[in-house]
Amino acid sequence: MDFIQILSIIVPSALLFAAPLIFTALGGAFSERSGVVNIGLEGLMVIGAFTSIVFNLTFSDQLGGSVKWFALLAAMIVACIFALLHAVASISFRADQVVSGVAINLLAVGLTLFLVKLIYGKGQTDMIQNAFRKVDIPVLSDIPVIGKIFFANTYYTSFFAIIVAFIVWFIIFKTPFGLRLRSVGEHPMAADTMGINVTKMRYIGVMISGALAGIGGGVYAESISSDFGHATINGQGFMALAALIFGKWNPLGAMGAALFFGFAQSLSIVGKSLPLLENIPSVYLLIAPYVLTILALAGFIGRADAPKALGTPYVKGKR
Amino acid sequence: MAKRYMNILIPLIAVLLGVIAGAIIMLVSGYSPVDGYASLWNGAFGELYYTGETIRQITPYILAGLAVAFAFRTGLFNIGVEGQLIVGWLASVWVGVAFDAPKFIHLPLAVIAAALAGGLWGFIPGFLKAKFRVHEVIVTIMMNYIALHVTNYFIRTVLSDHSDKTDKIHDSASLAFSDAMQQMTDYSRLHWGILIALACVFIMWFLLEKTTKGYELRSVGFNQHASEYAGMSVNKNIILSMVISGAFAGLAGSMEGLGTFGYASIKSGFTGIGFDGIAVALLGGNTAVGVIFGALLFGALKVGALNMPMESGVPTELVDIVIALIIFFVASSYMIRWFIERISKKEGK
Repeated sequence: MDFIQILSIIVPSALLFAAPLIFTALGGAFSERSGVVNIGLEGLMVIGAFTSIVFNLTFSDQLGGSVKWFALLAAMIVACIFALLHAVASISFRADQVVSGVAINLLAVGLTLFLVKLIYGKGQTDMIQNAFRKVDIPVLSDIPVIGKIFFANTYYTSFFAIIVAFIVWFIIFKTPFGLRLRSVGEHPMAADTMGINVTKMRYIGVMISGALAGIGGGVYAESISSDFGHATINGQGFMALAALIFGKWNPLGAMGAALFFGFAQSLSIVGKSLPLLENIPSVYLLIAPYVLTILALAGFIGRADAPKALGTPYVKGKR
Repeated sequence: MAKRYMNILIPLIAVLLGVIAGAIIMLVSGYSPVDGYASLWNGAFGELYYTGETIRQITPYILAGLAVAFAFRTGLFNIGVEGQLIVGWLASVWVGVAFDAPKFIHLPLAVIAAALAGGLWGFIPGFLKAKFRVHEVIVTIMMNYIALHVTNYFIRTVLSDHSDKTDKIHDSASLAFSDAMQQMTDYSRLHWGILIALACVFIMWFLLEKTTKGYELRSVGFNQHASEYAGMSVNKNIILSMVISGAFAGLAGSMEGLGTFGYASIKSGFTGIGFDGIAVALLGGNTAVGVIFGALLFGALKVGALNMPMESGVPTELVDIVIALIIFFVASSYMIRWFIERISKKEGK
């Protein structure tokens, strides 16, 4: 097996696993940049995965091949509404944001499995027929060498995710909205003095995080798992959160980290069929993303500075 | 209103709101809430067997709750109870399988191994927090996944020959009741671990409330700067607190490893006990005695839930929803407090 061949197995697979992480981590960026910790990303992904699968199964006959895209849209909307719970608790009711996030995660898993049993009468949905499948991207896949590695046997969602990452970077760092969002997360009192509505900005931040995490969950469900059960989103949300921190709360950094985690995840799956890697116990590859995140946090890979007001509720008029 | 009074009232209201929300969900989905909750009650306490199972479930909940509460009291948030529990489970089973010794040596050894393993798993986030100011929440979440994958790997390759579970532990390391004792609860899996859990409740209370070290730990949780100024080593106390918290969590794992199951198996996901431990601690107001009540409630809910599909057709997940909502309401206690204060003000006028 030559090197190009190995790359053309690993790269598309890494891109496949990275896509859900990229979307969700970008969502996390909106929430955390506004100063609200969002451990609930995992639960929001669960909601997205559930919604997309149910939508896909229900409307597959009417909508045909395009159903998967509409399912993503549905996942986005439902998860956005679900995120409202976290917003209300942590912004208006001044709940401990971490505890509220934990509650979101538990609630999402309980609620979706409850509904799956109610709708389908069993613990797991059927497999969807209209899933995202491998495609050769037209024109680009004809480029010699590079085309075969990056654009053949790959998924549209991966490139969609990368494009969105650049858009999010632009929104957060180059627009007035982004400036306001960041100021609310760094120094809410100063922002308030300047006439920025802190509560509103934080609500928007958390709800966008819900929308993007919903897409992330939907992408995972419709391209990797193809059905929904209790173990569908097993820690992907926490991985996305790790990617966000690893990427220092910068959308492009988060994308880079998510690509790396996707790479690590795909290695643990395709690694067995590759020379060199087949002898390494898969456990090392499985834990690599988590160990690296801890090392990154400990400052071995460069200090990461969280938004200063992250995790603290803003109470007007209180110093 | 008196703070003490409030500390009891808020969890009660949160539980009530959670139960009402559960009833509404059942109504909307076409089930009878009365039947649903009746089957829940029967499943938890209806027969001796069920009562035994409920107490069995309460055992690890008490320890997981203590772990979370202990960290909380010292100003730390240990989400890593789940991971510490899993490594504790593995360590206790390892000792239970690998050695052969008289019971009075073997059993304590297995239990201590679990506490040590959990403590080690808690040491890492504690050390990183003390040394590098890394937030313990993220590190403990990462440690959970590392624990899951590493223990699975150990079970598959070291403790068994590529099987998905280990051998049974030797009887000399088991917490299980004797035959005559098992008969008392109709052969439920109730085991001696409940005594260990209750002993730990006492230990935590004594440690925090009656010793100088406990005072120091609480003081660091209350105000780091003041404690530093008073000459306490904040860093040492942070590490110590995470180690003790982890040890409680590790013991919770040994309850499953040495008591309920008697082996360790490959897990595709988390047990959930560690996360429920957060709810148990919150409901218990992070006090040792409060944790018993929190564990009682969640143990009864979890075991009772298993009976719901059979008796009333309600999926067991309803209970998970209710538990999540209870956590939600406790977390949002500002809302409840605000409400109570408004009402009591009106009455005062």
